[in-house]
Amino acid sequence: MKELLSHSLTMTDRDLRRLARQPWWIVVTLVQPVIWLLLFGPLFKGIANIPGFHAHSYIQFLTPGVVIMTAFFSGGWNGMATIDDLNRGVVDRLLVSPLRRSAFFIGHVLQTSVSIIIQAAIIVVLAYAMGAHFANGALGLLVLFTAAVLLGGSLNAVSNGLALIFRREETLIATLNVFMLPLTFLSSAFMQQNLIPHWMQVGARFNPLNWAVQASRSAISSGTDWGSVGTHLGLLAGLLVVCMAFATRTIHTYQSSV
Amino acid sequence: MNQQRPNGNAIEIESLVKVYKGAVRALDGIDLVVPAGSVFGLLGPNGAGKTTAVKIASTLSFPTSGTIRVAGIDVVAHPRQVREAIGVVGQVSGVDVNLNGRENLRLQGLIRSIHGRELKQRVNELLEQFGLADSAKRVARNYSGGMQRRLDIATALVHRPQVLFLDEPTTGLDPEVRTEMWQEIERLTHEEGLTILLTTHYLEEADRLAAKLAILDRGKVVATGSPEELKQELEGDTIHVELREDAPDGTIRVALENVKGIRRLDHDVRCLRARVEHGATAIPLVLQALESKGLAVDSVSVSRPSLDDVYMRYTGREFARADEEGARQQSPAGEEKR
Repeated sequence: MKELLSHSLTMTDRDLRRLARQPWWIVVTLVQPVIWLLLFGPLFKGIANIPGFHAHSYIQFLTPGVVIMTAFFSGGWNGMATIDDLNRGVVDRLLVSPLRRSAFFIGHVLQTSVSIIIQAAIIVVLAYAMGAHFANGALGLLVLFTAAVLLGGSLNAVSNGLALIFRREETLIATLNVFMLPLTFLSSAFMQQNLIPHWMQVGARFNPLNWAVQASRSAISSGTDWGSVGTHLGLLAGLLVVCMAFATRTIHTYQSSV
Repeated sequence: MNQQRPNGNAIEIESLVKVYKGAVRALDGIDLVVPAGSVFGLLGPNGAGKTTAVKIASTLSFPTSGTIRVAGIDVVAHPRQVREAIGVVGQVSGVDVNLNGRENLRLQGLIRSIHGRELKQRVNELLEQFGLADSAKRVARNYSGGMQRRLDIATALVHRPQVLFLDEPTTGLDPEVRTEMWQEIERLTHEEGLTILLTTHYLEEADRLAAKLAILDRGKVVATGSPEELKQELEGDTIHVELREDAPDGTIRVALENVKGIRRLDHDVRCLRARVEHGATAIPLVLQALESKGLAVDSVSVSRPSLDDVYMRYTGREFARADEEGARQQSPAGEEKR
């Protein structure tokens, strides 16, 4: 256990040093969410006036969606770095060392968590400046950050696992796009759940991105349903465990094919 | 740390077979014994299966069948223990180009549970030893090819392994840097008593570095021995003749049919290569025989047997040609990368 922790932190340290040398990367990944906030916010401002729409303003409604989507994509694209590591022989070098297999993925997940927290904090500050309110104070924000980290971490593990299976950038990009984009729109990130078509509501129920959006939106709005928040966070934690298990197995798949 | 098994073998490979998906038979039953404390060369043209053998012996890839023990430990049953005992420098550098030299070394140490002062000391020692002390804080992306290779080897040595795998360590390096690398490899065996399994497709490199070598061809070991032994098995000399013009089909063989002392003849339309008992005696006879059939000679030379001749004897192919062929059959990305 001590070794697993030490190996994981060693890998996280490596990833964070890499990140620290390319700080522009955080900025690049923030371009999209900022565009969403700055353009979608005013563009769909009128939505807040639709009968049955509960939030005070659309910005208020949109913010948790933007934080969660950012975490979703941040984690999801992480496998690209692993493809780079594969091409440079870094993965092979790690695999012939006594590194604990799961530490390889835990390290990546922890690094992603750090960048997600930085990104989420920036988005929250920006949204606040644009007039969003955050109910429940620190506790609400804690739920928002936790949901973002659990979802981003899950995507990170899947993405890194797929990277080891595909070993090619093109295949990884295509595969991730196929399921990441639909999941984004099959959710209540942009529109309140009961105002989207019924079939989408059903789909959203099984969509982890929607679990994270629901939990965090409820936690930072007044009249929080803590039971639902807890259930969704629990589901997300379960998802992370499943994704880690999947990722760890891909190492064997990779080794069988080299 | 460098203790070995009682029988003194660092690596023992028995009937190793590797079949890739799509039924590519990369290794077709190889047997190898690498004695401890020396450089063992695995020589073969591109595509012979060298990298596959290293990947399996270093626990990266799995054998289809066969037994492999490294430092006395079975690689399939106890990969983890094997990993503690080995250092691996792959064909593609394992250096993390986003980290600096010191960070790369530290990373390998931490994975192997070397911490604190001990780690710091070892890292400094290696930086010094490999001439990287002044560049320790530079990101490895900005290193020259030679420096990256040196860092690569240094990172494989942090935990003082018993066995070091070097997969084509000088491929892609300038001749100058290559010579430096050879000196470094020689030093490692002489001063540190390390066992090194070196794969190469440079005949010269195998000749210079390997105390013993195995020649690998199309997934099979075709010969083993020290470079000297292998060459001595081929008594006599080799005569190389280059003709001024292409010879009509069959004329070369007919011309030399009755020349005494030719043990073996290989030729194409322009060049021929004959194994003879004594070069100086055979040259005039060969030239005379060729001229008598109207084949004008452009150049002639005689040489002591080389590893190229050894390879030719066991495979019937010229090494350079087999190497090119092998390279063509493989993906442009590198040898045996699937």
